Amino acid sequence: MNRLRRRLAAAALLGGAVTALPGCARWSAVQASALVAQPPVGLPPRVNLRAVPFFPQTPLHCAPAALATLLQHHGLSRATPDELADAVFLPARGGSLQLEVAVAARRHGAVATPLPPRLDALVQEVAAGHPVLVLLNLGLGVQPLWHYAVLVGYDLQTREFILRSGTEPEQRLGLATFEHTWVRGGSWALAVLPPGELPRAASDDALLAAALAFARQAAPAVARRHWLALSRHRPASLPAAMGLAHAQAEAGEPDAAVATLQAAAQRHDSAAAWNNLALLHWQQGRPDAAHEALAQAMRRVQEAEPGWRSAVESTRQSLRVAPSR
Amino acid sequence: MTRTRRFAVQILCASLAWAGALHSAQAGWIAAEEVAAAQAAPDQAPQAAQRLASMLDRADVASALQARGVNVQAARERALSLSDAEAAQLMAQIDTAPAGADGLLGTVVFIFVLLLITDVLGFTKVFPFTRSIR
Repeated sequence: MNRLRRRLAAAALLGGAVTALPGCARWSAVQASALVAQPPVGLPPRVNLRAVPFFPQTPLHCAPAALATLLQHHGLSRATPDELADAVFLPARGGSLQLEVAVAARRHGAVATPLPPRLDALVQEVAAGHPVLVLLNLGLGVQPLWHYAVLVGYDLQTREFILRSGTEPEQRLGLATFEHTWVRGGSWALAVLPPGELPRAASDDALLAAALAFARQAAPAVARRHWLALSRHRPASLPAAMGLAHAQAEAGEPDAAVATLQAAAQRHDSAAAWNNLALLHWQQGRPDAAHEALAQAMRRVQEAEPGWRSAVESTRQSLRVAPSR
Repeated sequence: MTRTRRFAVQILCASLAWAGALHSAQAGWIAAEEVAAAQAAPDQAPQAAQRLASMLDRADVASALQARGVNVQAARERALSLSDAEAAQLMAQIDTAPAGADGLLGTVVFIFVLLLITDVLGFTKVFPFTRSIR
């Protein structure tokens, strides 16, 4: 009896240790194996984006080099790694932060969208012809060695990823090694694309956040191009429609803006859309239509969207005085 | 402090001028950002009043960057191109987030630790203070 109990305890301990193991350390490259065993449907077995340029990095400047690679590839900027270092390099840390890299890309006219933390997302993006910025931890968890590189290709047969990295124009990294260093670096990947072009693998939330951040500082006509692409891709997105209408109005296309808002207001019956529609009608000298839209906005605030009460109230005040043009 | 305050005033002026130039920035206009925020957190009422206050904090970001070796001009430009959320995020993790670089120092430390381990295991004898476990 005593013996049996001891055996049971030993078995329980062993079972516990085995189930706890994957939690503390992943020794096998799970994603890489899955990718080779079951690649996403329609994925070409090998891709190499040879047209992507290469800038050998100077010590510490791998982020500016990677950023210059992407910006010049898309013809967005002629900035060299040295010039970009001013925008991203943080001397006290001896490197560049992911956040600042994304912001610098945006400042140079690119839309920067984080990709999902999955290997298959990277491969799909590259297959769509988009080079991807990745952060690797080449060292250990306790002794990190951070490194930015640009993923430009892969070969599922030879199990390799192709990178513009450091001083190597075409580094070939084993699929498993890439997965280990990438996951250890936080599985961070960024699509850096010209406005109007959407990353294939990004989530809807990431697409919207990237568009909002981009539109905040882009010229209206450029922002309009990107919102248009996003609204076509996700016609059911209310924020995308609101962004498009705003950019259209800014770019001097009030009729297009009215049409966009009209469609969004009817589709979503949204107080925000009715509210902005009222203001646009008023600015265009259509007081009847403006008051009609305002009534709809007030109805929605009353019925379901109390959060917009103060904004709609301001609009009601605006509609009392002559439109400011 | 005066420099920080002057910078804050510059930001404020720039943002006010920018807002004034907007055709659609009429009282009551609802921005796409606010709609997206409301969709993400439907329980919270949209708060426009907080935006101005957070604008002023951008001077802190610039001085934080300067304190970490970025030159004055670049620090200002970098601080100004952040959104509110990004500014808050940067301030929170400026010393902890991964900073990508091929660090020479990191390599040196790594080799040191590696040799230390191999010394202890008895494969090498680089350091005078180590004693092999074998």
